[in-house]
Amino acid sequence: MRDYFRKAWAIVAKDLTTEVRSKDMLSSMGAFAALVIFVFAFAFDLRAARAAAIVAPGVLWVVIVFAGMLGLNRSLAAEFDRGSFDGLRLAPIDRSAIFVGKALGNFVFMSAVEAIVLPMLAATLNLPFLKPMILVAMLLGTIGFAGVGTLLATMAANTRLRDVLLPILMLPVALPAILAAVRVTAGALDDAPFELWGNWLGLLAAYDLVLGGLAVLTFEYILED
Amino acid sequence: MARRDTLSVVLIGISGLLLAAAVFFTFTVPTAQRETGGDVQRIFYFHVGIAWVAGLALLVTFAASILYLARGEQRQHDIIAHASVEIGVVFGVMVIASGMLWARPVWNTWWTWDPRLTTTAISLFIYVAYLMLRGAIDDPQRRARFAAVYAIIGFASVPVTFFATRWWNTIHPDLFSQGDFPPLASPMKVAMFVSLFAFTLVYLVLLRARARVEQAADEVSLLKQNVLSS
Repeated sequence: MRDYFRKAWAIVAKDLTTEVRSKDMLSSMGAFAALVIFVFAFAFDLRAARAAAIVAPGVLWVVIVFAGMLGLNRSLAAEFDRGSFDGLRLAPIDRSAIFVGKALGNFVFMSAVEAIVLPMLAATLNLPFLKPMILVAMLLGTIGFAGVGTLLATMAANTRLRDVLLPILMLPVALPAILAAVRVTAGALDDAPFELWGNWLGLLAAYDLVLGGLAVLTFEYILED
Repeated sequence: MARRDTLSVVLIGISGLLLAAAVFFTFTVPTAQRETGGDVQRIFYFHVGIAWVAGLALLVTFAASILYLARGEQRQHDIIAHASVEIGVVFGVMVIASGMLWARPVWNTWWTWDPRLTTTAISLFIYVAYLMLRGAIDDPQRRARFAAVYAIIGFASVPVTFFATRWWNTIHPDLFSQGDFPPLASPMKVAMFVSLFAFTLVYLVLLRARARVEQAADEVSLLKQNVLSS
């Protein structure tokens, strides 16, 4: 077991080192996220009294999902463009360790972008986003998103349509997680009683378990060739 | 290659008769009370039959995809999964269209984010994504494997979506529990089950026909290869 995670960690470390040197993903994801927030600020009419608080949870998650898909595509396209994925495939490790490693790396990148997005949104919408339950929702949502996303992005990178296909594959599958995450964020933001939205947190955890588990189990079929 | 398919002919005959019976019942069964839309309610007999087939197609694809990965990647499982999705798209569009026709006079809106409506729409998107995924892969083996994985992931998320949206609010009539709508009278039940049975047979006929087309295509490409290599 320890050996398994040491191997998965090697893949995470490789992705982190590449990122630290090239800064490809974080710069593009961060710039994209900032621009989406910027566009939202103009696309929505925030004249009504509580308008900002009403749209805020949705804006937060749309930004996370879109920037996340951008990062997922980049993370896997980089592996296939330079043929380094064949190297991973040949490595004497369990196939699911490759998945865990890539998913963990994507989780780290998405979390880093979220750490930029959250204060930006808090400042531009003037809302108290830094609440423990919102952070829990972001943690659970990002786990599910990175898990399922890594599987689907690996698939998309191996098709003729490439990265264009990822949103089409991803969004219908991610819908329950997005819905639950938005509900938790809204509940925490409104300081509503926990009983009113606590079950959404359970749904988010169930989503991570079911879909994440299935992604680990089915990943090896994507690699066979 | 021109084989007569007796079973298909028989199935087409029976499903044709049953469909005619379903149409007959649909228009002769006493109409429902005003709150379910009066005569508009008659679309219900088709709506339920079609919805059942759309759900069944989803389940068949899910099962066939698991079998494909678990039982050594047999082509027949891939064919069934693919054929079932194609039928599911057609029936999914029909469920939504027939539901909208009823919802407009009764709910006073074409669409609402009810769990069943949302789940049906999302399943339809997953079906379409599945077909786009297949269309974007040239290698037949990889296509079958990726499609099976996506079917499993995609359709496992459908029940989660259903529960998620159910926590919102539901106004869709429920056949299995007493809600705001009156229970079905027995002649209405007969009409519903005839229609359910008829549409199930239509599904089987279509599935079989589609699978045979795919098998024929396989044979043609095999023959082509033989000719080219000889």
